[in-house]
Amino acid sequence: METLDRSGIDALLTALRERGFTVLGPTVRDRAIVYDELRSTADLPVGVTDEQAAGSYRLTHRGDDALFGYTVGPHSWKRWLHPPLVRLLRITPEEGGQGFTADSSDPGARRWAFVGVRACELAAIGIQDRVFLDGPAVDPVYDARRRGVFVVAVNCAQAGGTCFCASMDAGPRAREGFDLALTEVVDDDRHYFLVEDGSPEGREVLAALPSRLATADEVKTADRILESAASSMGRSLEMDGLPEILGRGYDSPRWEKVATRCLSCTNCTMVCPTCFCSTVEDVNDLADGAAERWRRWDSCFTTEFSYLHGGSVRTSVSSRYRQWLTHKLGTWIEQFGSPGCVGCGRCITWCPVGIDLTEEAAALRESDRALHA
Amino acid sequence: MESPKTTETLASPGLDPMLPRPFVLKSIEQENVDTWTLELEAVDADGDLAFEPGQFNMVYRLGVGEVPISISSDPTRPERLLHTIRSVGAVTGGLCAMKPGEILGLRGPFGNAWPVSLAHDSDLVFVAGGIGLAPLRPAIYQVLSERRRYGRVVILYGARSAGDMIFAEELETWRGRFDLDVQVTVDHATGDWFGHVGVVTTLIPRAGFDPTHTVAMVCGPEVMMRFTVRSLVDRGVASEGIYLSMERNMKCAVGFCGHCQFGPSFICKDGPVFSLPRVERWLDTREV
Repeated sequence: METLDRSGIDALLTALRERGFTVLGPTVRDRAIVYDELRSTADLPVGVTDEQAAGSYRLTHRGDDALFGYTVGPHSWKRWLHPPLVRLLRITPEEGGQGFTADSSDPGARRWAFVGVRACELAAIGIQDRVFLDGPAVDPVYDARRRGVFVVAVNCAQAGGTCFCASMDAGPRAREGFDLALTEVVDDDRHYFLVEDGSPEGREVLAALPSRLATADEVKTADRILESAASSMGRSLEMDGLPEILGRGYDSPRWEKVATRCLSCTNCTMVCPTCFCSTVEDVNDLADGAAERWRRWDSCFTTEFSYLHGGSVRTSVSSRYRQWLTHKLGTWIEQFGSPGCVGCGRCITWCPVGIDLTEEAAALRESDRALHA
Repeated sequence: MESPKTTETLASPGLDPMLPRPFVLKSIEQENVDTWTLELEAVDADGDLAFEPGQFNMVYRLGVGEVPISISSDPTRPERLLHTIRSVGAVTGGLCAMKPGEILGLRGPFGNAWPVSLAHDSDLVFVAGGIGLAPLRPAIYQVLSERRRYGRVVILYGARSAGDMIFAEELETWRGRFDLDVQVTVDHATGDWFGHVGVVTTLIPRAGFDPTHTVAMVCGPEVMMRFTVRSLVDRGVASEGIYLSMERNMKCAVGFCGHCQFGPSFICKDGPVFSLPRVERWLDTREV
């Protein structure tokens, strides 16, 4: 474990840029912390924190100069790895009508360094890796974008009001999948970072930074901070037996109840760092006759999502909420070996009516107990 | 009983599963008022598309869109590639309006196969409703190509009316064979229909197969399959011996787009053919 002063973060961003990375990280825009390109540490949300509750997100000042003193905002890294809109193909008919040529290049792909990746987000990237890379087929868009990413994780020094990563075993400390992991310490008199390397490339980058070996006291301080974050989670979710409860709960009256509140707006699926569903749209170039196929994020909350000839399969809001929740916390495990939830709380915060999946899961558990006791 | 085997045609890394191959429409034949059979031939040098009975392709009309369509031709003759398509939307309508010589795109084949070899030495009953006969036809061809390996083979086919049948001439030919029992029924009879009237499930109680030694393969509208499997189970066919081909909206066919989920299964990569025990629980639940 090494220690880096506040100025060492400037050196880190510079070192990453010099190695050819496009550096992405948190920044304040439109009164939210979003991810975008960072030019310097001045772009970071210095001294800013977020207050989150069901259906509520507000930025406030912390009263210090912390760089990473917030939790997670509406963006997640899937914006870059599995972009909201991406061209899959450009198909140009050949002269004489003897076939076509297909261009599947992805001009949006860069060698990115993600700075400020939370433990829950690392877990989410791991989940999407299993979806896009470990199946019978590999998604070339995800594969190319994912391959070169340099991850600077930041351990969470505080839990947000809708966080429950500790329940999902996904945080608040990053355990694997990063090149470097930072823990920020803002004391009365000192502002420094503990740095852990997680890969040979991370080690190389760290070696070029003005760091020094961490003292036992510094390590202890960081551990204490992370422990307090783990014990101050705003939410919790009991996963034990939940997949089975969901599996036999398709007829629970709770689905109708949540459907009276759910607007089917798709916000939860858009902010979710693991939701991967997409659709493909066709676009035609009137000038040269080329046809393009664009993939864009889709959501199981729309009626079109389940459209088959004759109508949609899931016409009711209750069936769509049921699909989302039973998939996320139940069938996902059978499909990909883990739940599709990392406890980041985004779906709770960004739900315009404040529906809380931890509350819904608990209610389903309760009604299951009443039925099967 | 083992589950149907999965063919991992596109499993090799580095191959873009979303990239269509150009095919030319060789011929197109109208089956009924809204259904056509398209014969396709590869333009590139990669040659014929080897496939197993029950697999499907993503068929792409340039600039319009792409839809999953089961292969309806003979897997023992891959040089003749057929897809039978009902014109019900923009893409299927666009495909059915194509002229011979025009180019379209094809990805596949995807999905698993009808477990025809599991039915060796037992009776085999095919139950098809409407265009559901198309995904079953390759399995029928496969079975007929090695007819001696099976016991009694029964084809039960239901259509809404005589005019809504597909492969009508072929059904007549098959009905003329001594080693096949083909029965056809229509929901609504017009004056020129002298055959059986009623839904396809009404054929099941009297059909000539030994339910204790029977494998059943079922394809049709979901409601038809729901009642068909019930009739088969009532007749005494074991759930594990009943297979269905499921249908859902699909955008990718390789498990990325999420559209075709049916309970824990992806119809594209875990199916489309499922044994009844794997889907029974969701088949009887609304809006899954």
